[in-house]
Amino acid sequence: MTPLQGCLLVSALLFAIGFAGAVSRRHAILALVGIELMLNAANLNFIAFWRYGAHPELLTGVMFVIFSIAVAAAEAAVGLALVIAIYRHYKTSNLDEVKDLQG
Amino acid sequence: MSLPFIIIAFVTLFAAAAAMSLRNLVHCALALVVALAGLAALYLQLDAEFVGFAQILVYVGAVAILIVFAILLTRSGDSPNQAVLTPGWGWGIFISMFVFTALGWAVLNSGVLRAQGAAGSSAAPAATVKDIGKALMEQYVLPLEVIGLLLTAAMIGAVIIALKEPSQIDNSGRKS
Repeated sequence: MTPLQGCLLVSALLFAIGFAGAVSRRHAILALVGIELMLNAANLNFIAFWRYGAHPELLTGVMFVIFSIAVAAAEAAVGLALVIAIYRHYKTSNLDEVKDLQG
Repeated sequence: MSLPFIIIAFVTLFAAAAAMSLRNLVHCALALVVALAGLAALYLQLDAEFVGFAQILVYVGAVAILIVFAILLTRSGDSPNQAVLTPGWGWGIFISMFVFTALGWAVLNSGVLRAQGAAGSSAAPAATVKDIGKALMEQYVLPLEVIGLLLTAAMIGAVIIALKEPSQIDNSGRKS
């Protein structure tokens, strides 16, 4: 197994853990944490391909990860503000109890 | 596949699994900090120093604090006495295991990856902070401006979303 494959396997497992947590936990904050883990798994993929791929001097992987970290930080800020707003309104942060739009 | 890489990868994955499976939300946040720090160490292992330190600064510093604040503001820090998993959690675990199996099979059997791994240079690519700053200011200056605009908009939006609702100030009646 080459180092590139090792990195990709770690990132795949991290993505699977984040996905399992995001879809199976009831708390809204933990769903956001799962999404963060999935984003980080994608970032690890970019860095691994940049490190072991062709033309690392072009810095494409590093640039993509820097912008991705910035977008993920914005997403976390807005997502947690939404969780707080939902908690204020419904007095719960349980995803199963927020179902006013359910048909 | 060096020994430090394997150790860091195990710590990261174990902490991520703990962050997704512990009952107490504060413990989850602490495990998440360990997982994100482990990812930063993985970036440093892969010779991406700037990204590793940015990861520590943004995730371990800011996002973790934000998550802890959200946990405490929603008063969910104590262990819940009801189920922490959704009713259909078995399907979620099954689908995520299927995703990992498919990805792992593809990674281990890809001829392109094997050829690239064999041909890839083992020498560390030169990516100093100076190079990154030059690229950010010349080639990627438009995305940088767009990111700045996005961060400003996200900050204002987060503040507005988290403001108190006007109907909540005068009466205590709430929707059930």
